[in-house]
Amino acid sequence: MTDARTRALALRDGFVAQGGVIVEPPILQSAELLLDLYGEDIRARAYVTSDALRGEQMLRPDFTVPVVQMHMAHGAEPARYTYAGEVFRRQEDDPDRANEYLQTGYEVFDRADPAAADAEVFALISQAVTHLDLRAATGDIGILLAAVDGLRTTDRRKEALRRHIWRPRRFRALLDRFAGRAPLPSSRAALLAGDVPNEAPLTGMRTQTEIDDRIAALRADAQEPPISAAEMDSLDALLAVRETLPFAVQQLRNLSADLPAIVPAVRRVDQRIDALAKRGVDVDQLGFETSFGRTSMEYYDGFVFGLYAEARPDLPAIASGGRYDALTRRLGNGQEIPAVGGVLRPGLVAQLEAAS
Amino acid sequence: MTVKLGVPSKGRLMEKTFEWFAKRGVHLSRTGSDREYAGEVSGVDCVSLVLLSAGEMPRELAAGRIHLGVTGTDLVHEKLPRWEQQVEPVAEMGFGHADLILAVPQGWVDVDLTEDLDAVAAVFRARHGFRLRIATKYHRLVRDFLRDAGVADYALVDSQGATEGTVANETAEAIADITSSGETLRANHLKVLSDGLILASQATLWRSRVAEVSDADRQILRGLLERLR
Repeated sequence: MTDARTRALALRDGFVAQGGVIVEPPILQSAELLLDLYGEDIRARAYVTSDALRGEQMLRPDFTVPVVQMHMAHGAEPARYTYAGEVFRRQEDDPDRANEYLQTGYEVFDRADPAAADAEVFALISQAVTHLDLRAATGDIGILLAAVDGLRTTDRRKEALRRHIWRPRRFRALLDRFAGRAPLPSSRAALLAGDVPNEAPLTGMRTQTEIDDRIAALRADAQEPPISAAEMDSLDALLAVRETLPFAVQQLRNLSADLPAIVPAVRRVDQRIDALAKRGVDVDQLGFETSFGRTSMEYYDGFVFGLYAEARPDLPAIASGGRYDALTRRLGNGQEIPAVGGVLRPGLVAQLEAAS
Repeated sequence: MTVKLGVPSKGRLMEKTFEWFAKRGVHLSRTGSDREYAGEVSGVDCVSLVLLSAGEMPRELAAGRIHLGVTGTDLVHEKLPRWEQQVEPVAEMGFGHADLILAVPQGWVDVDLTEDLDAVAAVFRARHGFRLRIATKYHRLVRDFLRDAGVADYALVDSQGATEGTVANETAEAIADITSSGETLRANHLKVLSDGLILASQATLWRSRVAEVSDADRQILRGLLERLR
């Protein structure tokens, strides 16, 4: 047995001792489901294979999706799961990054006390590697989601922003457009003025009605006032929060005077700080960034965290995780349950241990 | 000890390549019957000709089986991840111009930019129950481009030929394909997005960074490249 595998199983044993039930999801996953969740980008990250009977299948790029599926299909509540096994990630840019590696994870499905569940997952995972002296980063996607929901603008604009929360550049471009900070493209101006001649017949499945509806929606949007400069400033300040937790939450509280919609989300950060402290986490030293986790996989919608080896900036996160309530809703056929989880990379853990 | 030069094995691309080399005093020709893929080089010593399909050139360069090869930028970028580390462009040859572009129906008067396409994709998915389909054979280039442009809710569908026809046939809503004059696009009632240029391609002479070179080869290669650059 390799060091990494020994380490993976030992870490899993640790989670079993904390109440985790061992699960072993299949390696082959339905490509349709993953494509539905992540879109075409997943093809750049996951290996696709196929057969004539089942069509396209993917080698699991992570455990979270199959564990959620399994729990939503026949899990009892509350539930704690743990697992250890390979995940597969296509690497098209960097040959030094592994395309097959082990993950050991711990996932909690529990409605009773989300803050306590966040703290439980973070504490168990970080304490499993406390000897490696890793730097922890945390964030909360829920803060930004709440801020967008609370903007004094149309639902259509908020929906467009929500859709691109995980694509920071597009999000910024939309925000600047809605705030009137970015000039209207000339083609859009011409369209609004009814000045786009077209002689060609319409081809394809998108109908004239769909086109007319969008033009009507764009005209209606053009009549809407821009998002105010004050709101934009508050949002920029919110996105820039990057501090140790106690200072960060103070800044968030100050900002919530101008962004009242974030008050409940900030309260959840407060509750999480208490829960983390109860678990023995040194919250005074723990970093918090509002923008953390926005470029990772889309399913995290609350607390997010990562653990990094500071002496090895070449390595990816040694551990990562977060809350994914919305994913349980997507996969639950009408059911949902608050859920949070995280994974360690035993191969990197073993590598760091061997080096120290 | 010979330097292996890969050139396209047929058609206009081959003829243009032969002309380009001839202008620089390197004479390439096919030998044997019309159907035999063999050729020879005169005007320089110790260079042998390898006739290949342009689509295989990137792979042969990356494997180091040829030292130099002529093929389009589009094929190198699509087929070789991190192509910069495997091949080096020696000269752009000034022909075989083709742009990889993103096109939508001309009737979509509300769509001119990738941001429009993204907005349309969101609504299309909600209305039709599946993601807006883009037909292409350049999967990697198109996916990278759309990710950079922040387009979501689309699906790539594979199309190895007659891609411009997929929209009218309702197997795709948009296409990403190579075009030189744009005539086929117009004939199929398609238009290029204003910011939809994915890659401007032309025939290019590439040098393999991984092919083994003996000291003698190096001399030959240096001499040859001096004439070609």
